[in-house]
Amino acid sequence: MKVELKLYASLSRFLPPGAVDHKAMVEVPEGTTPIQLIDDMKLPRESCFLVLVNGVFVPPEERNTREMHEGDALAIWPPIAGG
Amino acid sequence: MAWAKNILRVNLTKGTCTNEPLNMEWADKYLGQRGLATKYFVEEVDPKVDPLSPDNKLIMTTGPLTGTSASTAGRYSVVTKGALTGAIACSNSGGFFGNEMKNAGYDMIIFEGKAKTPVYLFIDDDDARLLDAGEIWGKSVWDTEDWIKEHHQDPMIRVASIGVSGEKGVLFACVVNDYHRAAGRSGVGTVMGSKNLKAVAIRGTKGVQVKDYKRFMEATAAAKKVLAENAVTGEGLPAYGTQVLMNVINETGALPTRNHQTVQFEGAHAISAEAMVEPRKSDGKPNLVRNGACFGCTIACGRISSIDRTHYTVAERPQYQIASGGLEYEAAWALGAATGVDDLDALTFANFICNEQGYDPISFGATVAAAMEMYETGVIDDKVTGGIELKFGNERALTELAELCGRGEGFGAEIGLGSRRLCEKYGHPELSMAVKSQEFPAYDSRGIQGMGLTYATSNRGACHLRSYTVASEVLGIPEKTDPHSTEGKAGLVKAFQDATAAFDSSGTCIFTSFAWTLEDVAPQVDAACEGEWTAEKLLEVGERVWNLERQFNNAAGFTAKDDNLPARLLKDAAKVGPAKGLTNQLDKMLPEYYELRGWTSDGVPTNETLNRLSL
Repeated sequence: MKVELKLYASLSRFLPPGAVDHKAMVEVPEGTTPIQLIDDMKLPRESCFLVLVNGVFVPPEERNTREMHEGDALAIWPPIAGG
Repeated sequence: MAWAKNILRVNLTKGTCTNEPLNMEWADKYLGQRGLATKYFVEEVDPKVDPLSPDNKLIMTTGPLTGTSASTAGRYSVVTKGALTGAIACSNSGGFFGNEMKNAGYDMIIFEGKAKTPVYLFIDDDDARLLDAGEIWGKSVWDTEDWIKEHHQDPMIRVASIGVSGEKGVLFACVVNDYHRAAGRSGVGTVMGSKNLKAVAIRGTKGVQVKDYKRFMEATAAAKKVLAENAVTGEGLPAYGTQVLMNVINETGALPTRNHQTVQFEGAHAISAEAMVEPRKSDGKPNLVRNGACFGCTIACGRISSIDRTHYTVAERPQYQIASGGLEYEAAWALGAATGVDDLDALTFANFICNEQGYDPISFGATVAAAMEMYETGVIDDKVTGGIELKFGNERALTELAELCGRGEGFGAEIGLGSRRLCEKYGHPELSMAVKSQEFPAYDSRGIQGMGLTYATSNRGACHLRSYTVASEVLGIPEKTDPHSTEGKAGLVKAFQDATAAFDSSGTCIFTSFAWTLEDVAPQVDAACEGEWTAEKLLEVGERVWNLERQFNNAAGFTAKDDNLPARLLKDAAKVGPAKGLTNQLDKMLPEYYELRGWTSDGVPTNETLNRLSL
């Protein structure tokens, strides 16, 4: 299946070639979890602070069990703030 | 110690400058800056006063840590009754002006009355004088600052001034210092203009004393280490600034778009922090030139930006082909997503104009957005706008209005009324996205429930800097809460409001609170100031300040009915994104909030609460 991977701020450098506007479609097995994709992309787990699937925060304890589906969007940020 | 223990009272009507000792009994209860100046203000000013009458006062105020070696300790605030809101106003600014004021030996400067002709206040340590501003009245903030430094032959003078918008009565005019730092909200610059006070120029060389030097150095060094080692204050903010929020808030479906008609903006990425660091197609240079720090700051979140020299806004105008104060998140949202404009250079230009002419980009952009909705629905037309095609997404309409508003001319003068008055004028008050006449900042409270309560109860009108529950609800600081749930939000908002009031009374920047708690602030204040200062005492100060501000607003005529949100947020559910189907559930949070505050169901502090807080 394909999911949309979005990496921002200092994680942008881990985007695969061909990414546009910090987004890339990636091919993954059905039921892939955020942690599996994080590891596949060689993202440092400790830098993956805000992990959102379809805009909804996935708590750290669910990142290895929350299965993603075709067309889902996984967006990740390191610790950030503003205002 | 830490306090200069000295106030300068400037009577603009009489043309006098007199010193008086700081009330140290009040300093022990209200600490400084926001808290202490508010205490002075409410003691001296009738809450019913017309904000633009000579009877209103305006206080420039520092905190006890301002001017010390504590990180971010360059802050000052402007306290008055807001021209935009008619509520208590306290607008906080960084830069270097606050440090200079404190080093000249002043905890605060109280301006009263109105000068017969335009003046500026010049301070050289103990020498304080009102001087003729005839030559700079009508000049921009930038030209005023240049003129003063040249006139006094001293480039080290720090200046806080108003632009033409503040002179012309634009109701959301700022006081701008150091060219692009601003006491930005509620129209404090409009009040300054109404007094014929163009600028305050200060050279201060006296230094700031603290109670226990050794302990203070240890406390500030430890606190700086906390900031440096925190991923947000040590890495994220210096690299990307506040603008890093643009994509986050959009992804979470809480980015108010086109006057809050929807909650996600298709152009968000084009105006984000990530876009600011990418090379432009035209000249290969990024919008972001470098980051910048205010006095004593070890975070350095500021943005210094440039515009593509071939862009229509600056191609024929070399004075804007410079590196200057760039977009912060709130400004980028108001000028961008709120108006549907995704041209980063156009937004940066509009932001330059806001700095140059001294007005609030949040209220400006949000008011333009309201006007765009009225234009697109046929409520106003080209005759009203002076021929400006005021459609969402029209970057040329945005930048033209920015210049007109800066000069207080044409339809720009009507934008300068703010959205509440503008929409009422044309018969559609429901299109104003504001609380207590102040426009919302960049978070849609349908997608971040706690922000609805934050906005509704903010003492200075809709504002994110009174209780930034976004930190918890979206960013997970200090711990993650569900942005779509109302549970626990009343307590969260109260906790943020009280702690923020304490930070704002200390002289440090609220952005330290992404890493610091009051447990980090207390040792610094305790080593600097007379008395014993614990985190508990600071929190009590914050709660006291919040209630004092509330009392002023209640006496000014505000009631529980004003603790409300526009119907659009309460009745029109979000159409897209994770918050799809949600409205803000203010009614579920407000009664609990009043109860936690120790207020009646009408939002009035009970006698028990007032006694507990020694009010």
